[in-house]
Amino acid sequence: MNVDFLLSVVAAATPLLLASTGELVAERSGVLNLGIEGMMLVAAVSAFATEDITGSAALGFAAGALAGVLMSLLFALLTLTLLANQVASGLALTIFGTGFSALVGAKFVGIALTAIPKFLFGIDAVAYASLAALAGVAWFLFRTHWGLVLRAIGDNQDAAHALGYPVVRVRTCAVMFGGAMAGLAGAYMSLSYSPLWAENMTAGRGWIALALVVFSAWRPLWLLAGAYLFGLIMYLSLYVQGLGVHVPSQLVSALPYLGTVVVLVLISSDASRGRRNAPACLGRPFHAAS
Amino acid sequence: MQLKIVARGERSRFWSYGAPVLAVLATLVVTGVIFALLGRNPFVALFTFFVQPLLNQDGIPELLLKASPLITIAVGLVLCYRANVWNIGAEGQLTLGAIAGGGVGLAFPDAPAGLLFPAMMIAGVIGGALWAAIPAWLRTQFNANEILTSLMLTYVAQLLLLYLISGPWRDPEGLGFPQTAEFSDSATAPLLIAGTRLHIGVLFAPLVAIAVQWILTRTVLGFQLRVVGYAPRAARFAGFREKRLIWIAMLTSGGLAGLAGLFEAAGPVGQLTADISPGYGFTAIIVAFLGRLNPLGAILGGLLLALSFLGGDEAQIDLGLPNAVTGIFQGVLLFMLLGADLLVSYRVKLIRNAKPAPVAQLAEKHP
Repeated sequence: MNVDFLLSVVAAATPLLLASTGELVAERSGVLNLGIEGMMLVAAVSAFATEDITGSAALGFAAGALAGVLMSLLFALLTLTLLANQVASGLALTIFGTGFSALVGAKFVGIALTAIPKFLFGIDAVAYASLAALAGVAWFLFRTHWGLVLRAIGDNQDAAHALGYPVVRVRTCAVMFGGAMAGLAGAYMSLSYSPLWAENMTAGRGWIALALVVFSAWRPLWLLAGAYLFGLIMYLSLYVQGLGVHVPSQLVSALPYLGTVVVLVLISSDASRGRRNAPACLGRPFHAAS
Repeated sequence: MQLKIVARGERSRFWSYGAPVLAVLATLVVTGVIFALLGRNPFVALFTFFVQPLLNQDGIPELLLKASPLITIAVGLVLCYRANVWNIGAEGQLTLGAIAGGGVGLAFPDAPAGLLFPAMMIAGVIGGALWAAIPAWLRTQFNANEILTSLMLTYVAQLLLLYLISGPWRDPEGLGFPQTAEFSDSATAPLLIAGTRLHIGVLFAPLVAIAVQWILTRTVLGFQLRVVGYAPRAARFAGFREKRLIWIAMLTSGGLAGLAGLFEAAGPVGQLTADISPGYGFTAIIVAFLGRLNPLGAILGGLLLALSFLGGDEAQIDLGLPNAVTGIFQGVLLFMLLGADLLVSYRVKLIRNAKPAPVAQLAEKHP
């Protein structure tokens, strides 16, 4: 085992951790946003275009986060204001994001950028920031008043509303945070992980991030473990291909997806564990009668 | 002045038909704006996208050719979504149908057509159904979320296809391209009209739609599926076996997607390649919603979205736009549909001089 191995795992885990941290907050508030993949793709192309034009990686990440927030506002408008089905709206976000990013990105195919510089121990600053963000989210959710309010809204929206808490406003903020984090994850893909733009370059990572939230049973520390486990699996699927072993590369590439299925099964079969932590109002629309 | 959303109490008949129409109109406006932002005359672009494809010589046959897989798959999805089973992996089930059915065709190229093609169709249905059986089993046995498992299996299916066509099934005379040999004549879908690409698969789409409509509205099974979707608790009290219904919905939709995949491979494509589907499995989700989760509505939805694929190609050739425009149109349409659905169950009311009610003021002071 060498240092490169660790660095590669961190690089593969970071986008997963960023996106799933955002989704964790949204889901804790009771909103299921299946559109992570679409938000990541739009953010990836926005970040890439911004860095290509301005030459600034920082502006690229800012553009990625902004793109994620704008996409998430679209989702919030549909599900929170217009009370649309959250599952279908999330799918719409992904379908739209895939098409939109392909359209905007057509000009940028074939251009390569230099990866963002390393910060400490050969790891870039964004990877550190992803850990800090998770710690911040854990602190916010479980150590602050508004974190408690957010969880209360996710668990019993009617009771929270009766107590006078602004259900829709808190959820909108949670969804926007999820969008910003998915945006950073997308930007990380196109500015650091593989600094170029290709159609569908996130390759299902948004969906894996969703599965990670289920895997973690909505707990931050387990989210960290899950993201790095999948970072490891992704690294291994690349590593085995590099060894020149006689395993067909396509079958090895399927490892992360199969791994997601296996993990979901292991987690879900212990039903009591999932049910204890799952936000009770996850995916339910809220309409204040009065 | 303020807009307020008020529950109607019962579903509006008018808006349940009006909402999709409104959504399509709104989508046309948004698409026009996007065309304008891309520097094209929106009216010319919309004409190129939505009308031009139908004026071509092969316009109508090509439209039906693209609509039939969409309708076939969407009808299966309608059955699932009505029962609150979220199969979104139809693209993977389509791929497995093409692999299984195409595999039979490649294995027995010289078998008589009357035997071989039905066998390929059956294999396609079984392939798709088996792929859907995995999420069904994981959901009923382990309670694993079928949204995520069916989607993950789509990626796996596409990698499996890529493996087969670039490895064991690759055409030795194909100059190294990742594709199989072309299907023999008896393994190719028989044409309906000579000179077009219209094959017998097109006949299946309306038949399937009518059959599923009949099941949903006229049989006990259909009733049970609808109750499980609308009111799962009531279904449990009534003693409906939920697991059995999940299995039926998943296997049916998987089998139909597999059939659509086989017809694509053995029809217009003519061999197994990595591009047997331009995303029919995902677009069919929109078709199902556009048709208001009604099998007959899916026929109309399928025709409109088939047009968007043709329009994307047309816009690429005539206007130099990437055919990703199709994806944008489809995404915006689904947004608009979901948003417009509000009008079915709610009324939007204009309220003058909206003052917060006293109770709300109290709550603001003491949060």
